[in-house]
This record gives sequence, structure tokens and C-alpha cells, in this order.
Amino acid sequence: MSTQSQDVEQLIKREYKYGFSTDIDQEILPPGLNEDVVRAISAKKNEPEFMLKWRLEAYRHWLTMREPSWAHVHYPKIDYQSISYYAAPKPKDDAPKSLDEVDPKLLETYEKLGIPLHERARLAGVAVDAVFDSVSVTTTFKEKLAEAGVIFCSFSDAVRDHPELVEKHLGTVVPSGDNYFAALNAAVFSDGSFVYVPKGVRCPMELSTYFRINAMNTGQFERTLIIAEEGSHVSYLEGCTAPQRDENQLHAAVVELIALDDAEIKYSTVQNWYPGDEEGKGGIYNFVTKRGECRGRNSKISWTQVEAGSAITWKYPSCVLIGDNSVGEFYSVAVGNNMQQIDSGTKMVHVGKNTRSTIISKGISAGRANNAYRGLVKVVGGAEGARNYTQCDSLLLGDRCGAHTYPYIEAKNPTAQIEHEATTSKIGDDQIFYLKQRGISEEDAVNMIVNGFCKEVFGELPMEFAVEAQALLAVSLEGAVG
Amino acid sequence: MSANALSQHYAEQVRQVQDGLPAELPEWLAGRRRGAAQRFVAAGFPDPRQEEWKYTNVRPIATKPFAAPAADAPVSPETIAGLGFEGLDAHRMVFVDGRFRPELSDLEGLPEGAMVRSLSGMLGGDTDRLEPLLGTLAHDRFSSFAAANMAFMSDGAVIMLSRGVRVERPLHLLLVGSAGSPATWHHPRVLVQAGEQSEVTIVEHYADLDGASGFTNTVTELRAEAGAQVRHYLVQDHADTAYHIGSIFVQQRRDSRVTSHNVNLGGRLVRHDLNIDLTEPGAEIELNGLFLVGGRQHVDTHTRVHHSSPNTTSREQYRGIGQGHGRGVFKGRVLVERGAQKTDAQQHSANLLLSPNAEIDTKPELEIYADDVKCAHGATVGQLDETSLYYLRSRGIGTEAARGMLVFAFADEVLERMELAPIRTSIERRLAARLPQAGVMEVIA
Repeated sequence: MSTQSQDVEQLIKREYKYGFSTDIDQEILPPGLNEDVVRAISAKKNEPEFMLKWRLEAYRHWLTMREPSWAHVHYPKIDYQSISYYAAPKPKDDAPKSLDEVDPKLLETYEKLGIPLHERARLAGVAVDAVFDSVSVTTTFKEKLAEAGVIFCSFSDAVRDHPELVEKHLGTVVPSGDNYFAALNAAVFSDGSFVYVPKGVRCPMELSTYFRINAMNTGQFERTLIIAEEGSHVSYLEGCTAPQRDENQLHAAVVELIALDDAEIKYSTVQNWYPGDEEGKGGIYNFVTKRGECRGRNSKISWTQVEAGSAITWKYPSCVLIGDNSVGEFYSVAVGNNMQQIDSGTKMVHVGKNTRSTIISKGISAGRANNAYRGLVKVVGGAEGARNYTQCDSLLLGDRCGAHTYPYIEAKNPTAQIEHEATTSKIGDDQIFYLKQRGISEEDAVNMIVNGFCKEVFGELPMEFAVEAQALLAVSLEGAVG
Repeated sequence: MSANALSQHYAEQVRQVQDGLPAELPEWLAGRRRGAAQRFVAAGFPDPRQEEWKYTNVRPIATKPFAAPAADAPVSPETIAGLGFEGLDAHRMVFVDGRFRPELSDLEGLPEGAMVRSLSGMLGGDTDRLEPLLGTLAHDRFSSFAAANMAFMSDGAVIMLSRGVRVERPLHLLLVGSAGSPATWHHPRVLVQAGEQSEVTIVEHYADLDGASGFTNTVTELRAEAGAQVRHYLVQDHADTAYHIGSIFVQQRRDSRVTSHNVNLGGRLVRHDLNIDLTEPGAEIELNGLFLVGGRQHVDTHTRVHHSSPNTTSREQYRGIGQGHGRGVFKGRVLVERGAQKTDAQQHSANLLLSPNAEIDTKPELEIYADDVKCAHGATVGQLDETSLYYLRSRGIGTEAARGMLVFAFADEVLERMELAPIRTSIERRLAARLPQAGVMEVIA
């Protein structure tokens, strides 16, 4: 077993390949949070009055709230006054009109990350909105999408160009006072993505946002709002990375999804924020609120997530199934290594009749990581014929990590059918032996088994992400097997 | 009663109890009781904002000024016989309103090395043997009810088995409520010390006389030494108006085996906390539970199995049936500590929701810090299977009867694990009577 422990050491010391930072002129607000900061952010973005009002309400509410402590994560108290709430690459003169005017250093950063923004170097027909620290850098394929009637732009552009849509929908799924981090986000969020798919339109390509934290001592607070009108369909992907630093940085995002009659939203995330080093120094605190409402009949919202990064992940993408026959899905692979802490899961709230939900969660823990699944399945009194199936499996690699399952099941309707199953195991010596005996190296064998363990979830990812996710998993874990 | 008046009431209760303690009480005991009283008065009753009490609001209890019931009520041996389990040949200790009643009890023929006595009897002068047992497993990490018991306890059962002692007949602890006033409470305590290689079956049985009501706040502390085998039955069959809070603490040593059967049929507001600590290799626990809630009953069971040593095993099977406006809650936690390798833990919670106004909340939890373990849990909430119903109906059985049979069969899967046939039969009969298709079920049971 000595070869194996060598592998473990080697691979645990792997480099976080996105750990570089970009030296670029930035405009950063001084650290601190008060009403003036909220006003300053709103002013910088030339926001209409209703936005400022909404932000201030959120901020005042936030002041009355307490940071939640129920999750299975531990971290030193966050000093919200030491964070800068706004950082943006300095504009040359005015906002860039086309990619040619975007700072080449920025483009280079995204090239390094493997996200070519140049439309010529198209990424298999995926439209990309890139968010660098607090602001959206550029959005590709805008015109092509506009032909189909799809609006895909940064949140700031949406506030400027489509204020009526923003005003109508913003905060209707995740209210500004929903929880501590959502309220903070509502007060200071600086950008994010906005998607509007009109009635009957099937979005012609995958939409994607790439989030990048670059500046030091800043928090990133973005907000995504996706509206799928009657009979529309959209698939949206997001990816995230950050430089390697010894300080912890805060990321508190909010995502709101709205699906009307017969609409379908598929939301996929590959989260690879910097997880900190093997001693748990540095890394991103990822406190995210994601919720979708299936408002219409026969609507469907599907969350798929691969959570590989972040020092702390606190994230529960949820579905509120209001429309009759609506469907909610949650597919998740959460990988924790070294000192990472993950408390993630989902909420499925069944309100309409004949609503269905599926939860497949795969947790992998290695090193000294703790990985918790926390989920709620709630069937309210009037939700006739609700159906839920939940499966959460945990894989433990090593004897110093932890795997936890906290499912909440609340049923108030006698026609509800709810099933929950969970298992915890490690990779069997017999499985490894079998594969080695067939000439497969131990590392490949482990890789194979772990990939097999996650297959159900990877199958839900769009093609190009599935490949990336598998590679990511291999980097995160290979060899970390006991 | 206002919160302020209530806390004054309880402070006064505590003072009365303290004043009533005999002067010759050893310091360790007086200290433990004083400490518990202070903790209870300081903490008050739990509220639903506490995670462990999320689904159970003890407001009906927390707003009443409970006091100890009046002097010993007259109860005839015939009444007691009527409450027992038909055909159960057992040693019997009877408690009325929390007080031991020797004239109704029968402790003849216990084997040598088996000491079964009332707590009040021992507190009268044999306190040395209690010191390592009383209040040493119980804690109030999740609520102050165990502290209230320690502060106000009046009586209970003490069972001590020497090494290798085997008690053939089961020990039936019958705890009866007789007081008509709903504002009375009593705090029975059961202490079990099962020595190495000893073997015993204990039946903790709660029932009420007609018209009785009140609040029973019990604590059971059970130690199973190396190789001991303990079968523990908890049958809660209170009146539908009664409140019952039971805190059970079990500590198991090497190769000990404990089986727990927990059946809840009665009570208005019922909560059980079973805390199991498997402290040495080879320890094994089996937890079986059944609750049936109807009317406006609320029954909550929390189990916490703590695997703190390698090679320990737990098997848990809890089933619940929700009818009427009843609410059933189950939370099971399995904690595998770092280093507790080769733990084998299985937990299952299955629930039938039969009425549009009933509610079931279930929360099976796994918290695992070791990798070489086999842990699984499952939970279901659902209704009777349509195809099973169809099958029975196609065999000429009416819909109602078929439903009754299926519900009964669902519950019986837990009951059939009981080794004591008289208890099983008796519970089956009581269960059948509580199902809506009672007439049909009498035939089956």
C-alpha cells in the first residue's frame, strides 16, 4: 500500500490550476458596508429609483438578521466591514462596444481559464456571459439570441434595457429578506446574468456564465434571474474560479428561476472556486441561495451541480412546485478534499397537484473534509398525488473525513409517496483488486469507480460540461483512496 | 398562566422539594438534585426554535402549573389486573401516580443476585449503591425534562443484576396514572444495572385509569455490562388526554446486546428520546418502534445511536401510522465517531399517512466520521399499495376489510419482533381496536 500513500501525497499537493490572478487596473470601493456603499453601488450602475429602494430595504432588513449557524460548517466570524463590496476593471473611456475594446488582459484571463470569449473561437455554440469580480465583462452571441427573441445579458444591462421585466420579477422567488446571505446579496449585488425566454421559444443554444473572482479582499455578490415564459425551454450553465490566496473570500450569490406553463429550465453548475490549501488556509466561502419556482402547469426545473471547490459550500438549490404536474429535479455531485466543508442539498416543496420531484445526491469526502447532504421534501395539505424519490450516497476516502445526511421529510397529504434512501461506503478492496487484476492501474481503477459512482449525475450535464466535470473530479480525488 | 407566574410557580416547587429532602441525604445526592433543579428552572421548557424540538411544541405542557398529585389513591388489585397483559407471567412492580405500591406488586421468586427495589425504598437509607447509577447517564443536552425528573423525582424502580444472573420471568413495571386533574405531574425513574453476562427482560408499561390525566415525565438509565443481554419493552398506552415525556439513556459495553421495543398507542402529546451509546466493541442494539396517532394526538420519537467504538452494530426499524388529525414525528440519528471502524448501522423509518388531516415528519440522519463502515438508512411516507388492495379485493375481500388487513400487517412487521407473545397479542388487539375498521380487525387479531 506504500505506492498508494505516495499517490495520495502527490495528488493532495496538486496545484489549483486556476489559482493565478490578473494584474489589471481596477476600480475598488474601500472596504466597509453602510447605506452609502449601497447607494454608491446603485449609483455606479446608474440604476433606476426602484432598484435603490429595493437594495436599501434589503440592507436595513439584513441589519436585523443573524448569521445562520445550523449548517454543519465551522469558520471564524466574518467581518463584513473588512470586505470591499465592489470591484470592477477600470473602464478605458466608456463601456466596451465590442470585444475588440475589452482589455486584452481580461480576454487573456478567460483564455487561460479555457473560456474563449471570441465568437470566432466558438465553444460549440455556447453563448457566454463572463463576470469578472463584480461586473459582467462581455456577453457573446447576443445578436444571434436576439433573433430568436431571447434576452441574455448582464444584470446591469437588463436593469438598463428591460427595467420592466426586472422590476416585475426580481425578488419574487428569493425575497430580499429571505435569509441572511440573500439579504446581503440583495443590498450589494453588483452584477450577474439575466435570461428571458419568450413564449414558445426553444433557446437555440446553451447559455453560460463564467464567474471569476480576481481582486483581493473583495466579496462577489452576483444575481441571476431566469424567466422562461409559457412553453419555452432553456439550458443554462455556470462555472466559477478564483485566484489562490491565503485569505478567505466571500461569495454570496442568489439565483432565481421562474418557469411558467409547460416551460423548462435546466440549470447546471460546475463550481470550482479556490478550495484553500491542504491546511485549510484560504479559499472561498460560498454561501449561495438558489431557488426556482415552477409556477405554470407542466413546468419543469432541473438543477445539476458539481461542487468541487470552495472552502465552505452552503447551498441548497430548491424547487417550489406550484403548478399542477410540475417537476423538480436535483442532481448533485459534491466533492470535498483536504479541509473543505460542504453543507449542501435541496428543498422540494410540493404545492400543486401531481407534482413530482427526484433527488440524486452523491457526496465524496477525502482528506479531512466534511460533506453533508441536507434536504427537505415537503408536501403541503393540498398537494394531491405528490411523488418524491430521493437517493443520497456517500463515498468516504480515508478515515479522517466525514459524510453526513440530514434529510427532512414533512408530509401533510395522504396521497403523497415519498421515498428516501441513503448509503455510506468506501471503495471496496475487492473492487480495486478486480480492476488491477485486469491490468488497470490503481489510480485509474479508483477514477473509474468514482466516475461510476457519479455517473447518474454526470449524465444530466450538457456534453461539454460532463467532460469537464469528469476531469475535475479526477484532479480532485485521484489516489486519495484508503 | 403567564410566563412570569409560571417560573415563580416552579421556583416555589423546587423550594418545596428541597425543603422536603431528608436531612441525612448524602451530599452527592442533594448536590445532584439541587443542580438539576437549578438547571431546569434556568432552562425552562424547550421551544420549537430548537432544532431537536422543531416538530414538537410543548406549549400545552409549558403553560400549565404542574404539581405533584395528592396522597396515594385507592386502587384495587382487580383494576391493576385489568390493565396488565393477559397471560403474562411476570414479576410485577406497580406504581400509582409515580409512587411504588408494594401491596399491588409481586416480586416473589427473583433469583439470587437480582435486586429489584423501589427507588424510594433505597433513597431511605441505601443510597451508596445508587451513587454510580443515578443521574450518571442522563444529561440535559437536548431538553430540561431529564433535569426536571432529577429535581422532582419521587420514586421509581432500581434493578441491579450481579454477574451471570439470568432472570427468567420478565419484570413488568406497571406505571398507572389515577389523578383526575390534568395539572398533576410525576417523575418516575428506572435504573437498570445489568452486570456482566446477565440477562433480563424489562417491560416499562404506562397506562391510565378511566378519567385519569396528567403529565408523566420519566427517565430510564440502563447500563449493559460486558456480555449482558437486555430486552426492554416500552409500552405507552396512556389516556388520550395525557402528556408523556420519556428520556431513555443506554450505555452498552463489550458484546452486550440490547433490544428495545417502543410502542406508542395513547397520549395527547408524547415525546421519547432514546440515547444509545455503544462504547465498546461488539455491542449491539436493536431498536423497534411503532406509533399510531389519531384524533389530535402528537407522538414524537427521537433516537440517537452513538457508535463510539469499532465493531458495533445497530438495527433500527420504526413504523408510524397517521390517522385523524394526528401528527407523528420520527427523528433518528446515527453518529459514527472517528475510529469507530467496522460499524454496521441500518436505520429505517416507514410511515403510512391515512388521513388528509394527519401529518408525518421524519428525519433519518447519518453523521459519519469513519470510512470502513456499512451505514444505510431509508425513509418512506406513503399509503396502502393499490395493487395489494386490488389483490385482496379480487379474492372477495371487501375494501374496508382489505384496508384494515394491510394497515395491520404494516404495523405487525414491528410487533412480530417481540418475543413475549402475551404482550404482542395484547398490543395487536389494542392496535386493531384503534384502526377505523375495528370490527373487521377483531376477527384477524
